[in-house]
Amino acid sequence: MAHFSLKMFSETRFVQTKSKKTLARPGVKNIVLVEGVRTPFLLSGTTYADLMPHDLARAALQGLLHRTGLPKDAVDYIIYGTVIQEVKTSNVAREAALGAGFSDKIPAHTVTMACISSNQAMTSAVGLIAAGQCDSVVAGGVEFMSDVPIRHSRKMRKTMLSLNRAKTLGQRLSLIGSIRLAHLSPELPAVAEFSTAETMGHSADRLAAAFGVSRIEQDEFAVRSHTLAKQAQDAGLLQDVISFKVPGRDIVSKDNGIRPSSMEQMGKLKPAFVKPHGTVTAANSSFLTDGASAALIMSEEKALAMGYKPKAYLRDFVYVSQDPKDQLLLGPTYGTPKVLERAGLTMSDIDVFEFHEAFAGQIMANMKALDSDWFGQTYLGRKSKVGAPPMEKFNLWGGSLSLGHPFGATGCRLVTTVAHRLQKEGGQYGLVAACAAGGQGHAMVIEAYPQ
Amino acid sequence: MLARTHVSYELKDDVAVIRLNDPTAKVNTLTWQLQSELMAVMEEIWANGAVKGAVLISSKPGNFLAGADIKIIQSANSSEEATGFSRQVQKQLEKFEKSPIPIVAAIHGLCLGGGLELAIACQYRIATKSKNTFLGTPEVKLGLLPGLGGTQRLPKLVGLPEALDMMLTGRNISADRAKKMGLVHQLVDPLGPGTKPAEERTIEYLEEVAVGVAKGIANKQVPLTKEKSLMQKLQDTVMGLGQVRKMIYKTASEKVQKQTKGLYPAPVKIIESVKTGLEHGTKAGYLAESENFGKLTVTSEANALIGLYHGQVTCKKNHFGTPEKDVKRLAILGAGLMGAGIAQVSVHKGLTAILKDTTEESISRGHEQVYKSLNTKVKKRALTSFERDVTMSNLSVQLDYSGFQSADIVIEAVSEDINIKHKVLKEVEAIISPHCIFASNTSTLPIKDIAAASKHPEKVIGMHYFSPVDKMPLLEIITTDETSKDTLASAVSVGLKQGKVIIVVRDSPGFYANRCIFQTMAEAIILLQEGAGPKKLDSLMTSFGYPIGPVSLSDEVGLDIAAHVAENLTKAFGVEGGHSAHTILSDLSERGFKGRKSGKGIYLYEDGTKDRSVNPEAEEILKKYKVAAPPAVSSDSDRQYRVVSRFVNEAVLCLQEGILRNPVEGDIGAVFGCGFPPFHGGPFRFVDSMGAERLVSIMRRFEDVYGNRFTPCQLLLDHAQDPSKKFH
Repeated sequence: MAHFSLKMFSETRFVQTKSKKTLARPGVKNIVLVEGVRTPFLLSGTTYADLMPHDLARAALQGLLHRTGLPKDAVDYIIYGTVIQEVKTSNVAREAALGAGFSDKIPAHTVTMACISSNQAMTSAVGLIAAGQCDSVVAGGVEFMSDVPIRHSRKMRKTMLSLNRAKTLGQRLSLIGSIRLAHLSPELPAVAEFSTAETMGHSADRLAAAFGVSRIEQDEFAVRSHTLAKQAQDAGLLQDVISFKVPGRDIVSKDNGIRPSSMEQMGKLKPAFVKPHGTVTAANSSFLTDGASAALIMSEEKALAMGYKPKAYLRDFVYVSQDPKDQLLLGPTYGTPKVLERAGLTMSDIDVFEFHEAFAGQIMANMKALDSDWFGQTYLGRKSKVGAPPMEKFNLWGGSLSLGHPFGATGCRLVTTVAHRLQKEGGQYGLVAACAAGGQGHAMVIEAYPQ
Repeated sequence: MLARTHVSYELKDDVAVIRLNDPTAKVNTLTWQLQSELMAVMEEIWANGAVKGAVLISSKPGNFLAGADIKIIQSANSSEEATGFSRQVQKQLEKFEKSPIPIVAAIHGLCLGGGLELAIACQYRIATKSKNTFLGTPEVKLGLLPGLGGTQRLPKLVGLPEALDMMLTGRNISADRAKKMGLVHQLVDPLGPGTKPAEERTIEYLEEVAVGVAKGIANKQVPLTKEKSLMQKLQDTVMGLGQVRKMIYKTASEKVQKQTKGLYPAPVKIIESVKTGLEHGTKAGYLAESENFGKLTVTSEANALIGLYHGQVTCKKNHFGTPEKDVKRLAILGAGLMGAGIAQVSVHKGLTAILKDTTEESISRGHEQVYKSLNTKVKKRALTSFERDVTMSNLSVQLDYSGFQSADIVIEAVSEDINIKHKVLKEVEAIISPHCIFASNTSTLPIKDIAAASKHPEKVIGMHYFSPVDKMPLLEIITTDETSKDTLASAVSVGLKQGKVIIVVRDSPGFYANRCIFQTMAEAIILLQEGAGPKKLDSLMTSFGYPIGPVSLSDEVGLDIAAHVAENLTKAFGVEGGHSAHTILSDLSERGFKGRKSGKGIYLYEDGTKDRSVNPEAEEILKKYKVAAPPAVSSDSDRQYRVVSRFVNEAVLCLQEGILRNPVEGDIGAVFGCGFPPFHGGPFRFVDSMGAERLVSIMRRFEDVYGNRFTPCQLLLDHAQDPSKKFH
């Protein structure tokens, strides 16, 4: 079933010229995406395994410099998003910028907002430009799951810190003597909500169950994602990917998590979180990924003055938040109607949808929530449902399930993909939506730049 | 055939989904109707060869089956009739156990008593991990035993020690714990809202999972028994030894004897029934269970405990209507033990509270008390650290009156001094909004005296909490002639939100609870003067069924506070009620013997020692007041009745004077606020079951020696004269 319908999408879509109104508003600066790039997204523990996060971020920045020919002192500010911080490079934006050869006069900061961290980096850039503080900003994101900070236990840390302050040998010996075997067990970071202690996969399984999403629906969507990603990769549509020569290794130029498989193979997997009756498996969830992205964002005026041809306008955006327990991953459902209303658009005005695929079950749950009158009335304060995005416009070049999901870097990929798809498919408006840990979400409207 | 109203079923593929839904009640109970319909449905399903499995589920949110219908037990005219009921259901549940198709019990919410006994007769149990899902056998709390096969099936399912613990304590078991014990096979997470409300979808999901499991069992894909762990095998081997089981029965019996002083028959019968089953076979076991069940149903203990259960249900309702304005914001004056305790039970139930005192030290201590109580729950994993933090965010401790203008109720818990009460009342009234209620947590000062300083006496009411507030379930609400109906309705609604059992009494010195306790303490002091000895006296009263003896109680309450109460009540009622209790208590507390809080009272309190000894210095003081014990009224039994009869007579007098609204609240107040022995059901049921005439004749004997402090009140005399008069 899934395979059959895919064929239709992959037909080259003829470029149509639309005559919709522009979202430009008097007195509001036009802000544009000049370029967006990313390193190939790799399964963690593969070719990038020996790097550090700022290495990946640096690669993305260098790729952006290379692709745009931007002089290294021509941006006003650099912002990066990341989720799990390497403690040595807690302001990873600054370390990456210095290493990439940007002028040391350009300030840089790092933001964090779970899976929408690079969305936050981009909208912070938009804010700086709109406020007249900057004309051009580089925004990006990075995540490196091949190495994460694993800590000593709290008790061990306390002993070690006291050891620093111990003055006499006797004090030191007695502190060392107080160490017990149990104190040596380490603390691992978990993809779990701090407030509820529930892992995200578990919450996704409950969410899928709440909306009655079946295992088959989830597996079908995951197969769709991988199949479309493979087609896009083979057709060379993933232009945002740059090549990266990993020190001591080969040049990497392709995402390595794209694995289309059969429904039968998908069906063999056991549930990963809710046992034995759950529906979320390793194969219908996004996998742990290493990767970085970067985007050049400017005022339209500045871009044109520097001789760039922008890819798209970045228009209205919203952040939303809701119950981190039972609605953890419903960000797109809350964000979509809100941003459309801000922009004065309706669902049918949107030509390109790019939603972040954390779990197939999460996407299907959001689809059902958007398509439910009861949910619209009860939780969105509407008279009726929002309506689900049509699948023939939805994540046509794959998504986080197949391309990979480096938490801090995905947002830039979504926005850049919308820009590229609008160019390729000839649409005028695109919509990005994503969920994030903490029960938060983001949505943004992107308008094609006249070609 | 009559249309079925309580049980229905439908086929989902080859699985029959049986739904329990009593249309006449909020909660499903095992009534005759439900039971007979369930059996009829089962017969139909068993006769249908196409059905491969069944799922038993409730359509009611929040409960599977909350137990057997108490009415069945109460309406039984003899122990034989109750035994017959037990035998009949036992036989029906045997059919469940031997069902040719697997039956999966899908449990969401309460699964108690008869509900659990039904569930454990099924082949498989799935429960939701909801905070409201509880399994248990609470029969012992009603003076009964699980009479529908529970004493026989539970030990086999969860092992002898766990089964005895469940049945002897009657405690509720959470879903997680039930899974660990092997009481349920599988857990299902509660869901959030989807395209329909969370609760509705959760029940649907539970059903879907249960249907899948029923199919799985029928196809032999889901095993009914799990491979036993080494630990379990070891445990089974050990339990297989007759000597070990004997030890367990013995230990359990000793513990029961120690805790109940032999006053409660049900625990003994539970152990006996379990033992018969395990040692002499199931057939004998079921027989013993049903016979013991029958015997217990006609005991006065069961009657009293069931009465208390009904009383508690009544006292957890608001009989005074809906308050005009929903009470959400509390302000509490005084951050001592009581004030902080009131704050604690308030924020824990989602109310917001301001806790105000005059020094930084006292508000810091109050804050710590509330935090500690929540953090203990975090440590026990009953609460997440996050829920603790959110709950704490509803509490504000402060030195000033900021925020009082938006309070819906102010509860004062400041020192028991009328001048201080008047001062804070005036200060507060200058700030609060017109709808705000002023409640006093005084234990002895008349509310009308406090209200005398108020510009809005209709807004003044008494809310007498018991210490420690988070442990003691009772709240005594006191109205004056001027208190408005809405003020009362609002105060009751606050108490109910705090989870309290509420009695409403009319203003009078000591109200109801303290007035009765005072009688007990005053008599205890006299007994000490007569040389009864603190330890001996305490043990006399605990063997009568009090959870704590009067001397220990005085030490717990604080001898200074007891002296204060005695002073006020002696003033109010004249000397005949008080004698020298006030003098002696003051003497003790002025010497620094204030009870547990000061380390020394009538007893000595030392850290680390459980066995406390009598304070020799206190004994010296008592000696000063020594009087001779009249031999005619100083036997052990007489000493017990001297304490008890004064309490009971005072309770009846409170009803006579209209302080109490009815005997039910009198019984609830005495048991939950004063520690009156629960198996007697409270002073009024006590009079009913022992006979007023007998009590009066005992009191007359005391009266002959001591005079009017033992004169029975008129209402008691009326009941003695006419044995057909009963309080219940």
